[in-house]
Order: sequence, then structure tokens, then C-alpha cells
Amino acid sequence: MTTLTAPPKTAPPPAGHRSPSGVSKWRRRIPLLPALIFTIVVTQLPFVATLVISTFQWNILRPGDRHFTGLSNYAFVFTDERLRAAVLNTVVLTASVVLISVLLGLGLAMLLDRRFIGRGLARTLLIAPFLVMPVAASLLWKHAIYNPDYGLLNGTLNAVYRLFGASNGPTVDWISSYPMPAVVVSLVWQWTPFMMLILLAGLQSQPGDVLEAARMDGAGAMATFRYITLPHLRQYLELGILLGTIYVVQTFDAVYTITQGGPGSQTTNLPYEIYLTMFRKYEYGQAAAAGVVVVLGSIVIATFALRTIASLFREEVSR
Amino acid sequence: MRGPSAMPSTRYTLVTGVAALAVLATGCAGAGGGGSDSGAKSINVLMVGNPQMEDIAKLTKDTFTKDTGIKVNFTILPENELRDKVTQDIATKAGQYDVATIGAYEVPVWEKSGWLHELGSYADKDKSFDEADLLKPMVQSLSGSDGKLYALPFYGESSFLMYNKDVMKAKGITVPERPTWQQIADIAAKVDGAEPGMKGICLRGLAGWGELGAPLTSVVNTFGGTWFTKDWKAQVNSPAFKKATNFYVDLVKKHGESGAAQAGFTECLNAMSQKKVAMWYDATSAAGSLEDPASSKIAGHVGYAYAPTVETKSSGWLWSWAWAMPKTTKKADAASKFMLWASSKKYEQLVGEKLGWARVPAGKRASTYDIPQYQKAAGSFGDLTLKSIEGADPANPGVQPRPTVGIQYVAIPEFQDLGTKVTQEISAAIAGKTTVDKALDDGQKLAEEVAKNYQK
Repeated sequence: MTTLTAPPKTAPPPAGHRSPSGVSKWRRRIPLLPALIFTIVVTQLPFVATLVISTFQWNILRPGDRHFTGLSNYAFVFTDERLRAAVLNTVVLTASVVLISVLLGLGLAMLLDRRFIGRGLARTLLIAPFLVMPVAASLLWKHAIYNPDYGLLNGTLNAVYRLFGASNGPTVDWISSYPMPAVVVSLVWQWTPFMMLILLAGLQSQPGDVLEAARMDGAGAMATFRYITLPHLRQYLELGILLGTIYVVQTFDAVYTITQGGPGSQTTNLPYEIYLTMFRKYEYGQAAAAGVVVVLGSIVIATFALRTIASLFREEVSR
Repeated sequence: MRGPSAMPSTRYTLVTGVAALAVLATGCAGAGGGGSDSGAKSINVLMVGNPQMEDIAKLTKDTFTKDTGIKVNFTILPENELRDKVTQDIATKAGQYDVATIGAYEVPVWEKSGWLHELGSYADKDKSFDEADLLKPMVQSLSGSDGKLYALPFYGESSFLMYNKDVMKAKGITVPERPTWQQIADIAAKVDGAEPGMKGICLRGLAGWGELGAPLTSVVNTFGGTWFTKDWKAQVNSPAFKKATNFYVDLVKKHGESGAAQAGFTECLNAMSQKKVAMWYDATSAAGSLEDPASSKIAGHVGYAYAPTVETKSSGWLWSWAWAMPKTTKKADAASKFMLWASSKKYEQLVGEKLGWARVPAGKRASTYDIPQYQKAAGSFGDLTLKSIEGADPANPGVQPRPTVGIQYVAIPEFQDLGTKVTQEISAAIAGKTTVDKALDDGQKLAEEVAKNYQK
């Protein structure tokens, strides 16, 4: 994080004075070196290994046929029709989950920002979905809610139809008919609390005197929200969107559990496609290359995220 | 920084973590317990988490270990994790396991890669093992290209048709003992809606070479289709393959279970035992669960018929979970003793006496079906299971010669990927998101790519 904060305004010390202090600095750092080396070994070497593997033609089911192929795996990654579809699915999935959960989270945060009896309980209950393990949440949605035979959705539909005298409602096969929305809704359910928490923190940090002044000036609720609250929330919204994006891009559990990437490859996102390449095709080289591309993409997003966080902290400090 | 992707790496760590824990736990038990047994006399066994495997994990200590002094450390994983783990372990020659359960699909593929120890000579030496008693299709599917045995069967299965006898009786329908697929489609139409919410038939629609791929390929075989011809010409969009797939998809769409595109073995077992469907075409090993009153509403009311056919004499598939020994093991003698014991008649007797005869790991020995207690326990389906297995011809399951041995799969490393991708598209056709023709035309392209590796 320190690298991203603004550079110090003071001029660097003249070069001539550096070497003695540099030596003593390094002497002081020696006890820390094992930790540094350990960190590099466990965090960076696997990635270097991945980079190396990504230049090999390597299928573990064909022993003895491992050889260097240069960048052909990357060529495959960028030309493969399935991978391109997976990229598109990842974008659709991530964008819709993040945007919908930000909007819902904003609404819930606004409601929770008011004082009412049982607010603490309501807040705890609203956070709950975020604390459920992703696999457990996916299983819950797949079986308890979407299942056409005994799921909650069709059960409710049937009950409503029966209210109006029909013997049975329609049997909707939610997952097969609406695969992408099915995954998106379950993820929105998980991520809305996260967005709500961040935005609630933003709302509660709003200075009361500014709001009071707005009221005195005769601004309505809508105008206050539009011209005062929203600008104040901007950075919290950005933070929520970027952090959410980083995590939702990596979604695997929901896709694996609810739709298995199907029907066809309509919900196959990048992590699931890489999983298939790794554990069904056993093409280590291709999987590694696809992984590297995803990592590079994530770095781009993460850089923006870190900048936002950094700017957030700068503002807090300057305030 | 992350490795190739988030999920596989966490999955992998999880799997290795579980394995490490298991090894640790058993290691501690050994240190605290006997203390007298020498280190060389313990073997590591990796198994799939099916009920039959959990039984053997329970029974080993007081019988096998007591008799031979060989300690057995079991690691049990779900099927998909097991495949991931065992493939990694054997292919990278990590050598962590002395014995692993693998299926009929893996044996010929891995034998060709030189990963497996030949087992025929061990079986020959042990007179009480009685190799000749093993069912012939089992031996055939577990042998390598050199004709030697590379895995010992633990239990085996074929496929057949299961139906709700009460529904058929109420509708006045007699299911023939050897039905054709056309007859089954007609019956499915008649019994659809026989009870509120009841569908005609359950057929797997969940993508996966071992899910939808298994029943579908057996249907393709009997319609006269094949994945590849003998000289490796891809046939995925050939007229017979298309006809079979269209038949299958139409049948599921019109009279199949609700949520068909997501229904695999487990979902169908559920639908059948909860009376949501009137018929079910699937593995013979499912019968044991359907006849268990604790979990099944139709126990005792299930009828059985041979796998439906069109152009072939029989169409049941063939599968077995079998014991194999990786070449990396340094304890071949101890490991072979365990495998021979686990596949023996003696072990079947032991399970029958200690746990009940319905739980015997059946389907691999002819003599199992002569045991009076077993005949009684498996009365309604035992005989049909045996005949289905014996009728299966893994070398020649269709109307044309095949390049590999195997009925509901193609025994090449690429099939896990090819089968999964093609069944994904067919699953989408079942969900109404694409057409069978489009799915198979796309599949043909993938199959042609694979075929290039084999054409001379």
C-alpha cells in the first residue's frame, strides 16, 4: 500500500551520504530476511512455476510427451471459442452481481441508517447471508429454492395458484430455464450484505451538521440524497464495487454447484473452465496459461481497487 | 499470487489436507496402538467413498490385519476428488498409495501409460482366490492390451430398467422382460401423470461423461451409433448417433423427470424412490437402494427388465470398482495380499455374516449368485443383474467394431474431456437451449480433433 501513496515531497538525500547508512540499514534488516525469503518462496514461486508451465505442452495423462511450446498455449487461450464464451460469461456474471448487490445494499443501508426498535437484530439478520459458506449457500439455493419438485419457489407458486382455485401451479424448471439469473440471484443474496456494510459505514460517517444545514435550507429528502449523500458515498461505492468485482470474478462454488457451468456452457465462467481444463482434460499448460491471463486481468482490477482505497485513506487523513 | 486459478488450488489443498490428516491420524493410531508391527507391514489404500468401501474400512482391522499382521491405512474420498487425487498421484509418480480403487475406464488407459502393476500372476498363485470364478466381462474390462489382469474387481454393475409395479398394474401395462426403446417410450407416454406430479421415466440429463454420458452412450450403441469407428473416424454427428440422441432428448423432454438437465444418478434415485417417476433406466447397483425401506417409498414394489434395445441383442453397460496397484509401490507383496483378500469369496462371506447379505459387494463372481442367503436378500434383482453383466460385451457393444474396449465410454485419456463437453451441449438441448443437431455437429468437431491423435 505504501508504494501507492503520494511520494514524499522532501528531496532525496544526496547520493554520497547513502552508502554508510545503507549498510547499517541492511544490517538492521538481516534478521527479517528469512521471513522475506519465506514470503517470496510461498507467494511468488508458485506463480513463477505457473508461468513456466504455461509455456509447456503438458498433459499428465500422456507421460513422456512434455515439451516446450513457447506461447502457443496463450494463442490457444485467446482463440478458443469456449474460453472466449467463458470470458463473456464472467463479465456478465460479475457485472450484474456487483451492480445489483450495490443497489440493493444501498437501499438496505439507507433503511438501517434510521433509528428504529430492533435495528441491531435486523442488521445481524441482514449480514447473515454473507457469513454462510459459499458451497452451503449454493446447495441451499439449488435444492431448497430452485428445485422444481420440492423447491420453495415452485411451492409458493403452487400455493398461490391453489388460492385461486387451480389444482396445481406450473412446474418451472428454474435452473434450466434461467441458468444465468439463477446463479446471479444466489450470488446477489450473498454479496448484498457486504455492500450494505460498506455503504452503511459511509452513511454513518456523514457529518450531521451538513445534513441539518441542508434541511434548514429547505432541501427535500430526494435533493439531500442526490446532492449531499451520494457524493459523500462515492468512494464507498467505488470500494464496494471494486472489492466485490475482485471476489465475484473468482466465483467457482455457485457455478460448480448450481449449474455445473450449464446448460451447455451458458454459465461456464473462467474459473470453472480452467477447472475443467485442469481436471477433465489434464492439460496443465493450457490451464496455466489461462490462469496467468486471469491473474493479469485481476491485477488490473486490483490496481484500481488499491488506488481507491489509498485515496480513501488520504481523504480520511486530510479531514 | 495465485496459481492457475482460485478454485482448483483450494480444492487441491483441501484434498491434500484431508489426505494428510488421514495419514496423520492413522499414523498416530499406529504409534499409540500396537507398537509391535513393523513399519514395512503397513500399506496405504485410497478408496472411493461408496458404502461398500466404508464397509471394508470397518472390517479390515479385526480380520485381515489380525490374520496377516499387515496394517491398512485407508483414505476415502468422493468420486470426483478421488479421480483428481489418484490421477495426480499416479501420473506424477508421487507414490503415496500402494493400492487405489479405479474403474473400468481407467484400467486400459493407465495400463498403456505404464502406471499399473500387473496382477494376474498374483491371482494365479493364490489357489483359494479362484480366478476362473470372476465374471468374464469383468476380467475383460480390467485387462490390459496384453491380456493380463491389471485390476481386481471389488464389485460390478450393468444397467437395466426399473419400474413401479403398482403404477403399471393400475394402468394395465405389462413391461416386457426384454423391452425395446420404442416400447419404453410408449409406456412412458401412458404412465406420465399416472399419479399427481408423476412423470413417465427418469433418464440422466446432467452433463458429465460419467453422468448423462453413460446411459446415452448405451442408447447410442443399440441404435447403431458409435463415438469412433475402428480406424478412428469420429461419428458423433452420424445419422445413427443423431437418431439415438434425438430419441433420448425427446423422451426426456416429453415424459422425463422435472429438472431433467440437472438430474444425475442421485436425483433419479430420489425421484424413483419418492414416486416422482414411474420408470428409471440406470445402474443395476441402484436396486439395492430402491429396495431399502428406510429410504425408499417403493421398496418391494419395483419391477426389473433388461436394458431396452433397438438393433443389438443387449444394451446394458458395464462398470466395476476395482483394486489396482501403482507401479511406484514398494510393498507389492503386502498390497497384493490385501487386494486378493478384498476381492475373495471369503470376504463376501464375511460381509454377509457380519453386515447382512444385501450389502455383499456383488457383481464380480458367479459363485455369489449361488449363495442361498444372497439369493434371498437380492431375490427380485440379483438374477437379472448377473444376466445383464454376463450379457454385456465390452469388446463389441454395438453393431460395428470399436477401437477400444468399453461400453458406455471410450477408453482413451481424452474422453473425460470430450464426453464432458459433448454431454454439456446435449444437456443444453434437454433444457431447450440448443438443438441436438447443433450439439452433435459441435461435438463432431471436438471428436475429430481427438481422433487426429490416433489416426495413422
